Amino acid sequence: MNEIICRVNGRNTSFTVQGIKRLLDVLREDLGLTAAKEGCGEGECGACSVLMNGKLVNSCLVPAAAVHGADILTLEGLRETDRGRCIIEAFSDAGAVQCGFCTPGMVMAAEALLEENPEPSAEEIRLALSGNLCRCTGYDMLVKGVGLAAERGKGLW
Amino acid sequence: MAQVVMMNDTISSSVRRVDAVEKAGGYARYIADISFDQLYYGKLIRTAVARGYIESIDLPEMPSEYRFFSVDDIPPGGENRIEMIKSDWPVFTNHEVRYCGQTIGILVGPDRQTLCSLAEKISVSYREEVPAMSIEEGLSCLGGPIHGDDNLYADYRLEKGDADAAFRKADRIIEDVIETGFQEHVYLEPQGITAEFRGGKLIFHASCQCPYYIRKAVAPSSALDPDDIIVNQVTTGGAFGGKEHFPDIIASALGIAVLSLKKPVQVLFERREDMLWTPKRHPSQVFFRTALDQQGRILAMDIDARINAGAYESCSCIVLQRAIFSVNSVYDIPNVRIRGRAVATNTVPSDAFRGFGAPQGIFAAEMHMSHVARETGADASDFKRGYILSKGGKTVTNGTVHEEVKLESMWETVSRESGYYEKMRKYPKGSYRGIGTSWYLHGGGFTGSGEKEIINGRVQLRGYADGSAEILLSNVEMGQGTATTFRKIAGKVLGLPIEKVLFQNPSTARVPDSGPTVASRSIMVVGRLVERAAEELKQRWDRKSEEHAEAVYEHPPWVKWDQQTLQGDAYPSFSWGICVVELAVDPVTLEVETKGVWAVHEIGRAIDEAIVHGQVAGGIIQALGYGAMENLEVKDGRFFQHTLSDYIIPTSLDFPEVHSFLEENPYEYGPFGAKGLGELVFDGAAAAFADAVEHALDRRVSRIPVTPEYIMELITDE
Repeated sequence: MNEIICRVNGRNTSFTVQGIKRLLDVLREDLGLTAAKEGCGEGECGACSVLMNGKLVNSCLVPAAAVHGADILTLEGLRETDRGRCIIEAFSDAGAVQCGFCTPGMVMAAEALLEENPEPSAEEIRLALSGNLCRCTGYDMLVKGVGLAAERGKGLW
Repeated sequence: MAQVVMMNDTISSSVRRVDAVEKAGGYARYIADISFDQLYYGKLIRTAVARGYIESIDLPEMPSEYRFFSVDDIPPGGENRIEMIKSDWPVFTNHEVRYCGQTIGILVGPDRQTLCSLAEKISVSYREEVPAMSIEEGLSCLGGPIHGDDNLYADYRLEKGDADAAFRKADRIIEDVIETGFQEHVYLEPQGITAEFRGGKLIFHASCQCPYYIRKAVAPSSALDPDDIIVNQVTTGGAFGGKEHFPDIIASALGIAVLSLKKPVQVLFERREDMLWTPKRHPSQVFFRTALDQQGRILAMDIDARINAGAYESCSCIVLQRAIFSVNSVYDIPNVRIRGRAVATNTVPSDAFRGFGAPQGIFAAEMHMSHVARETGADASDFKRGYILSKGGKTVTNGTVHEEVKLESMWETVSRESGYYEKMRKYPKGSYRGIGTSWYLHGGGFTGSGEKEIINGRVQLRGYADGSAEILLSNVEMGQGTATTFRKIAGKVLGLPIEKVLFQNPSTARVPDSGPTVASRSIMVVGRLVERAAEELKQRWDRKSEEHAEAVYEHPPWVKWDQQTLQGDAYPSFSWGICVVELAVDPVTLEVETKGVWAVHEIGRAIDEAIVHGQVAGGIIQALGYGAMENLEVKDGRFFQHTLSDYIIPTSLDFPEVHSFLEENPYEYGPFGAKGLGELVFDGAAAAFADAVEHALDRRVSRIPVTPEYIMELITDE
C-alpha cells in the first residue's frame, strides 16, 4: 500500500493506493468528486478529462500512483474560478449542453485550449475538442460555446 | 384562442436550458454519482454461445455476502418473463440459449473486484447448435427455426393501387437491393440502475426513457402489484432509443436479487459490456422492382423489405411497420406492393433507435429513387420532385396526407443555400466531387391508433399557493430538452416565467402515465396535453391557493386506422425534411471529406429554436456516422466491434457545421403548432451522404456505411 500525496483543486490531498486504481476512481470514490464521468474506461471518450499539471488527461488512463506530487484540477475546482464560470455560462448560453454526460470533460478541454490559445479559431476549437466524444450535439454548439467563452473572457486567459 | 395566437409570436425564441448550468458545472448527478448506504453491486452473468442449450452451471464457492440469483430464485407466483410489447424475452435463460449475452443470472456482493473474479470462475457448459446470424440465415431457418416455423415475427403486406396491372404496362423494370447495417447507440452514459427495497416497495433509480415501462416489465417476475414498484428516473446521459426497453432487461434481473436481499444493489455497465450486449438498430435489406413507362416515369414498385430482429421480438414488429410505411419516403407512387418481414435470428435482439425503422425505409427509398433517376438520365433531385406527396395525397397505407406539404418551398431554401444546381454543374459525375440530397418525412407519435388505444396519456398540472406551478408527467429529459420545452409551454399559457414552472425527473409514485419518451411524441402529443392542462388550470387557479388540472389524450377526429389490416392514417401528421451533403473523395486514400451540410425541416413550429438546432445538428451528425463510418459486424456469434477504438463515431473533426433552416407550418393538434422533431432529423442524412458519393464516383451506392473499403469495391467492380 502506497501513500500518495498530491494537490487536488488547490488542496493538499493524500490517499492510499492498493492494487490497481485509476485517478478517476480516486476522484470519484475516495474524494467524492463526481463531475468527471466514466464513459468508456479506455481513454477514447474524454468524459473523465481533468487537468494534471496543466495538461488535459483522461483520468481513466492515469494510474493513481502516477499522480504523486502532481497538481490536479477537476471541474469542481475550475467552476469556482472566473475562467470556469465563464466557460460554464458560455456553454449554457450557446446551447452546448444536451444530456450533459460529456459536458464536464468538454469544459475541461475548453479550459486547456484557452490556456494555450485564448483566441482560437473554429478549426482550432474543433481540434481541441476532438478527444472528447459527444453523441447529442453534433459538436456545432459546443464549438460556439468555446468561442463565446473566449470572446467574453478576454483577459482571463 | 386569441391569447394562444398572441403567445405564438414568442414561443420559438430561445431561452437558456434549465439544466444547462447544473450539467456544465458538473453538479448534475447521474446514477453512478449517487451513493447509497451499504450499496451492493450486481453483475449480469451471460451466455457465451449464440445458440444451444445450457447443460450445467458450476458456481465457485461463494464468500459470505455474495449470492448468485437465477431462474430458481424467482419468487413464488412470479413468472420468468419480462412484460414488454411481447413477453417472449425471459428474465433468465432457463435452458434454451437464443443469443450470446443472454442473462443467465446476476451475481451480487459488496465488492466489485471480487464480483469480477467470481464471475470468471462461473463455468457453464453448453450443447451448441448452429446459429442463424444474418437475415438470409434467419429466412432459411439455418439450424432450424428459432421462432414459430418460419422465423418471422411479422410478415406484412401492403398494396396501394394495382401493381400487377401497372407492371403489365411496363416498358422496363429496374431492380435494386439496398442494405443497412447494425448501429450502436453510444449514449455517453452507459446503462445503469440502482434498486432498493424500502417501505414494502421495490424502488428502481434508473437511467431510462420510460419509467412506466420498467414498472410494467418487472411486475410479472417479481410477483408484485405494479403499485408496489416505483421507478424514479435519474438524470439520463443520452438514450436515443437504447434506454427504451433495455432497462427492463436489467431491472427484471436486479429486482429478483433486491427482493431477496432487501439491500440496495447497483448494476452499472462498463462500455464494453454495453456495446457487446445491448440492442442495436435493426439491419435491413430492401429489394425493389420498379416498372417504368417509355418516358421513364414510374408506374409501380414492388418492394420486399426485411429487417434482422434478433433473438426475441421486443418492438421489432412496430419497427418493421414504420420501416415499410417509410419505404416510399415523401413520394406518391401510384401503384405499390410491399412485403415486410421481421426475421428472427440469434443476434442480440434489435431494438429501438432514433427513427425506429424509418431511417432504413427512407435510406432504401432515397437510394432507389436516385438509382432510377440516374438510369433515366435525370438529375436525382429534380426526378424526386416529380413524385412528391401533396395535401390529400395517398400514403402507402392508403391514408391521406392531411397537411400542406411545403417541400417545394423548402427545396427553394436549401438548394439556394447549398448552391445545389451550381455545384451540380461544377462537379461532373465521377469527378470525385459530389453533392447529394435526401427527402424525408417522419410520422409523429405512435403508429395508427396507438396513442389512444395503447397509451391514452395523461398529464397533470398543479398550481401552488406561492404562485408557482408544477408539471406532472412521465416523459423524461434525456438531453433533448423537454425539461425546458415543457416548462416553456406551460409557462406561456399560464403567463408565468419559466422559473415559476417546476418539472422534476419523474417518479411513477407521483406522476400520471403520459406514456414513454419515444416516437417523437414528447412535444407533439405530451406537450399538447401540457398546453391543454395549462389552459384548464388558468381558468380556475387564482395563484394564491392550490389547484390542479388534468388533460387526457384525444385523437384528432380525422384519423382513420385499422390495426389489423394496417390501412388508413398511420400517423396523424408528418414532419418533413430535406438534407443536402457536399463532399470530396480523395482519389488516393478514398477517404471522404464532407465539405458542407445543409438541412431544412418543417416541424410545425419550433418550441425553442436553439433546442431545435441542437436536435438538428446532433441528429444529422449521428446519421452521417451511420452513413459514413459506423461499421458493426457480427463474428463468432457476437459483435466484433465493441469498444470506442474499433466502433468509430463522429468526433468534432469529422463533419463541418450543419446549416439548418426551418419552414413553419403550424399543426392544429400540437402545442403552439409543434410537431415531432427528434427522429426526423436522423432520417435523411445518411442517404444524402451516399447520394453525394454516388455522384462523385458515378457508381451505384447500395449500402451503408460508405467506408473507404466499400468505395474501393465500388471503383474496382466495373
